[in-house]
Amino acid sequence: MSDPHEHRTPVALKGLSADDPHLQPAAPNPQLVEKVIAICFVLGALCVAGFGACYWINAQAWKLGATMGFGLFFLGVGLVAWGKYLMPQGPFVEERHTLANSVADRDAFAAAIVERGGGVVQRRKLLGGLLGGGLGIFGVVAMFPLLRSLGPLPKTTLQHTDWAKGSYVVDQSGRRVQVGDFAIGSIATVFPEGTQDSDRGQAVDQTVLIRVSNEAFTTMKGRESWAPKGYVAYSKVCTHLGCPVGLYEQELQLLVCPCHQSMFNVRNGAIPQFGPAPRPLPQLPLYIDSSGFLRSQSDFHEAVGPGFWEHQ
Amino acid sequence: MTDVINTQRSKREALGPYGRVGKTLGELDDRLGVAKGGRTFMDKIFPDHWSFMLGEIALYSFVILLVTGVFLTLYFTPSQSYITYHGSYLPLDGQKVSQAFASTVNLSFAVRGGLLMRQMHHWACDIFVGAIVVHMARVFFTGAFRKPRELNWTIGTTLLILAILNGFLGYSLPDDLVSGTGIRIAYSIILSIPVVGSYLGFLVFGGNFPGTAIIPRFFILHCLIVPAIIVGLVGAHLFLLVRQKHTQFPGEGRTEKNVVGSPMFPVFMAKTTGFLFVVGGITALLGAFAQVNPIWQFGPYEASRISYAVQPDWYMGFLDGALRIWPSWSFHNWGHTIPFEVLIPAVILPGLIFNLAFVWPMLERKFTNDHEIHHLLDRPSNRPKRTAAGVAVLTFVIMLFVASSTDVLAKFFDVSLNTMLVAMRVLVIISPFIAYPITYKICRELQGFVGGGKRKTPNVVTRTAEGQYVATPSPVYVDDVHRGLPATPVPTFITEEPEDAGENGVRVVDR
Repeated sequence: MSDPHEHRTPVALKGLSADDPHLQPAAPNPQLVEKVIAICFVLGALCVAGFGACYWINAQAWKLGATMGFGLFFLGVGLVAWGKYLMPQGPFVEERHTLANSVADRDAFAAAIVERGGGVVQRRKLLGGLLGGGLGIFGVVAMFPLLRSLGPLPKTTLQHTDWAKGSYVVDQSGRRVQVGDFAIGSIATVFPEGTQDSDRGQAVDQTVLIRVSNEAFTTMKGRESWAPKGYVAYSKVCTHLGCPVGLYEQELQLLVCPCHQSMFNVRNGAIPQFGPAPRPLPQLPLYIDSSGFLRSQSDFHEAVGPGFWEHQ
Repeated sequence: MTDVINTQRSKREALGPYGRVGKTLGELDDRLGVAKGGRTFMDKIFPDHWSFMLGEIALYSFVILLVTGVFLTLYFTPSQSYITYHGSYLPLDGQKVSQAFASTVNLSFAVRGGLLMRQMHHWACDIFVGAIVVHMARVFFTGAFRKPRELNWTIGTTLLILAILNGFLGYSLPDDLVSGTGIRIAYSIILSIPVVGSYLGFLVFGGNFPGTAIIPRFFILHCLIVPAIIVGLVGAHLFLLVRQKHTQFPGEGRTEKNVVGSPMFPVFMAKTTGFLFVVGGITALLGAFAQVNPIWQFGPYEASRISYAVQPDWYMGFLDGALRIWPSWSFHNWGHTIPFEVLIPAVILPGLIFNLAFVWPMLERKFTNDHEIHHLLDRPSNRPKRTAAGVAVLTFVIMLFVASSTDVLAKFFDVSLNTMLVAMRVLVIISPFIAYPITYKICRELQGFVGGGKRKTPNVVTRTAEGQYVATPSPVYVDDVHRGLPATPVPTFITEEPEDAGENGVRVVDR
């Protein structure tokens, strides 16, 4: 019985005789391994051909994937096994030369930069400064077409929505909401008339309208006239990250944001009761006009949605 | 007759001893001088260890991403303009959808092999980022990032960030309800940056959210710019690997001055090409049998709609978890707002984590005063502090990932969402402090246990003619030889700390 340590000692690849044990396959029984690998390759080839057939007859996606997947898998396993068991087992050793050069070479390199280059720059400081200045200006100026052209400036667009004095409250389909439309506990997403089909209307003006009672409802001090006949309206844009506050817990009268589970109490001004949202949802002051339509008294009194630097 | 033979022989002689191959190589060498370098390349030695395969998984899933991605670009329309859907997926018939969404549904159902390619692309991305993370953990815990490989560690960390970024960009392209919500959140995160946030948001989105520019912009970033940077950095990563040669675990005949393993040609080439096929095969099987991101079930994006179990791809989970559990601390004064509830978990926290990764080799050099060049890898248990610190950071990030499922977990455990959220806050904070000392202790125990985790060799019992029983140890398994060698002793420049040195937290950088 040979000592396994002996022929597992690493040797250099160069100059090995053909009968060296390091060049023999790693498998103790190569014939068997060869048969197994051959089976892998046959299976792989069959599967890959099957992939072609499946494609030809426009088979379902899973059949395409299964034939291609098993095909590649078997071909790959066979090839890995070939490399692992039937090719020279080694181990071989390779010298690792130090990457670092001699001190003299380093000094010569540094001297080339410092003496040749540095000398030139130091003697022509003015030219260097002028070139640097010119390139610096270009760097700043080049930012304008590259960055400034990408979009308009925000100005005050983040502070306002399209709700204005007298805007009609309409639902998703553009129908004006009337005072008798909602039963108590009903909820809907509404928009200022004319914006319900626009991207901005969907993203910025979206408002959730809930009927909480039959009487005028006060959510907070100073908002006595904002919710006539129990119609309460809040911005639907979450003050955390701007997801639509799309869930309504009817029993507790909580609006819930599905993204990060902020909860807003409908009865007391949508003050966040739970979760990461920092501010209440802004409330939209409503009134009912003489024909019974719901309309807004004004825009929201603060910016809707998540926080930003200019948020008042 | 003899003439013909002579002609063939003279032809053969003219070709030289290595025939046509030799002739072609000769012609190449005349022009490019490839013989010497080519031989060196063929003889390049790759050390064998299963953990060196993890980086290959990352590389090959990236190859799959490129191939399947090219297929997808042929059928995808990067446009947010609306059309009315009349395609082969009937439940959506007549709906107003963006062209991006419609073309994604079409390439899934109407293009032959399209659904498979799309699912393979998505799975390959999940595998890509996952393989990078695991590969990075291997490099970290075995100390492969040490001098001279700090630069390659930096490139690798950059690649992880780019992979996550490009994953997010690609996930956003179909303009479906779930990914649109993701874009909305990304916009809000940009807005949260003090002073310049709203300007940045407007520049990135070409105006206020949603606008019509974001899908075309994400498309060019996702398909050209970021992949080009990734290809360049992968090239640099591999160039440095060849230039500096592989690290290897200590073992018989292995020193700082050599590399022991299999040669590039043919052994490594066969194994690695086979492995490319294996990774491709497994990705195709996942694409065939595991449905991923069925956007037709989510529907097109509309800013006022939302679906309730909104969750990003796994690699964004830690960010989402951090956003969920961070308290609602917003700074609001003097007419200005700093949304700390977003800024800290979504900007500062990932910034800290990735910067810690970037500077770790430098920190370790400074605190251990180890400026040596290392080519032999560490056994993780021989560097208990580094290992414990790494496990603590991983635990922290994994707990953040778990926190991104508070709603699902609350439902699963049938507890209130509040309880779940408070529990996750506590777990995220304390679990690294628990993980650190436990890992440290395990490492110290393993150090004292030579030969732990190895296959034992049996004793062979034989009976002599006289009836005497003799037990002799059987020879070591051939494959086990290098594992059967004792671990290298801890180098002298590492001072062994007393047992109580396990201060908790991620900033402990001694070993």
